[in-house]
Amino acid sequence: MKKVVKNAEEAIQGIESGMTLMLGGFGLCGIPEKCIEALSKKPEIGNLTCISNNAGVDDFGLGLLLKNHQIKKMISSYVGENAEFERQMLSGELEVELTPQGTLAEKCRAGGAGIPAFFTPAGYGTEIAEGKETREYNGKMYILEESLVSDYSIVKAWKGDTKGNLVFKATARNFNPVMAMAGTVTIAEVEHLVEPGELDPNEIHTPGIFVHRIFEGKDYEKRIEQRTISQ
Amino acid sequence: MLKKEDIAKRIAEELKDGWYVNLGIGIPTLVANYIPKGIDVTLQSENGLLGMGPFPTAENIDADLINAGKQTITTMPGSVFFDSSDSFAMIRAGKVQLTVLGAMEVDQNGNIANWKIPGKMVKGMGGAMDLVASAENIIVAMMHTNKAGESKILKKCSLPLTGVNCVTKVVTNLAVLEVKEGAFHLLERAPGVTVEEIQNATEGELIIAEEVPEMKI
Repeated sequence: MKKVVKNAEEAIQGIESGMTLMLGGFGLCGIPEKCIEALSKKPEIGNLTCISNNAGVDDFGLGLLLKNHQIKKMISSYVGENAEFERQMLSGELEVELTPQGTLAEKCRAGGAGIPAFFTPAGYGTEIAEGKETREYNGKMYILEESLVSDYSIVKAWKGDTKGNLVFKATARNFNPVMAMAGTVTIAEVEHLVEPGELDPNEIHTPGIFVHRIFEGKDYEKRIEQRTISQ
Repeated sequence: MLKKEDIAKRIAEELKDGWYVNLGIGIPTLVANYIPKGIDVTLQSENGLLGMGPFPTAENIDADLINAGKQTITTMPGSVFFDSSDSFAMIRAGKVQLTVLGAMEVDQNGNIANWKIPGKMVKGMGGAMDLVASAENIIVAMMHTNKAGESKILKKCSLPLTGVNCVTKVVTNLAVLEVKEGAFHLLERAPGVTVEEIQNATEGELIIAEEVPEMKI
């Protein structure tokens, strides 16, 4: 089966209103900016549940979908960089499920690994634990967290081959590999698409079995949130 | 009274050779500037990096290389990248020996609140809940009181908690406090600050030894 698609527009075909999406990235680093842009040009796709560590900024990343009111619910760990997000959340337009970052990563990894739930100490004794089963192991308390899977996972990699194998760059890796694992359909956008054999099998981060569609994006903006330099 | 840089400098003295350390956003980030000579520590950034280096020069900026505060950074020789689940695997399993983070409130039972003010501010917990649930040493860097002069060192946190029974030490602009057995133990005073001033700024139970040395900064 051919995994390579032409562009973001073709890659997102089949995404419908009401679906659950996972989107890789940490802040704006390593986000699938081409697919998000393509989704924002189809405002008729709404009522989405988006699982993403952050929610973009007002005019880039998931902020574009928020502005269009395409998102019904966000599952994230930190949403502090987006004024429109805060407005929609405080007014009740947007449902938000804040999840500890490590728990969110493990929910995706477990979902992609066929594990329905796991115990973690994160959030024990806090409001995150309300309504969840707790258990003591070796004198320490843990809470039961259920894993996550998506209808579509959308990830961004540095390099990929036509078999769907992916290599990420630096800290742009973040949530991308675990979200790729947890997608019913996983879309990968890459900066460099190469032929099988061109990637060293020893250095592939995400095996192509987790990836269903792949394309090379052009002219990545890769916006920087906090440009910090030393003299 | 200590400036923010001095709080960071004092916390840096807690570092031990060979430790892996996670520094939170704000004052904790500054600790990296004061790592004592001869001490080899590796900084963990929970977005997926061990061996975080200083900020880049303008020519060396890489949008794909940031820290957990979304700031552009560099790597050190021997650094390594990994995904978010590996990052929190090492945190949850206690491989990171020290976490330094900020707080809005701490209390005498070692509880910490730093992620939410109901009805006002909800930015999220990020990785803080995972970090405080797991690290053996958790040092909080914070101001002793809020802008209105009210104590943030409490009997019981009033804000939604980030973690329970986890804070081991608190370094503020006024004092170094150890948290154990349901009380704050005054270890050191900031230069020029009296025990009485610390007592007045502390709502939680404060245990004071006969001699409380002044911090050496």
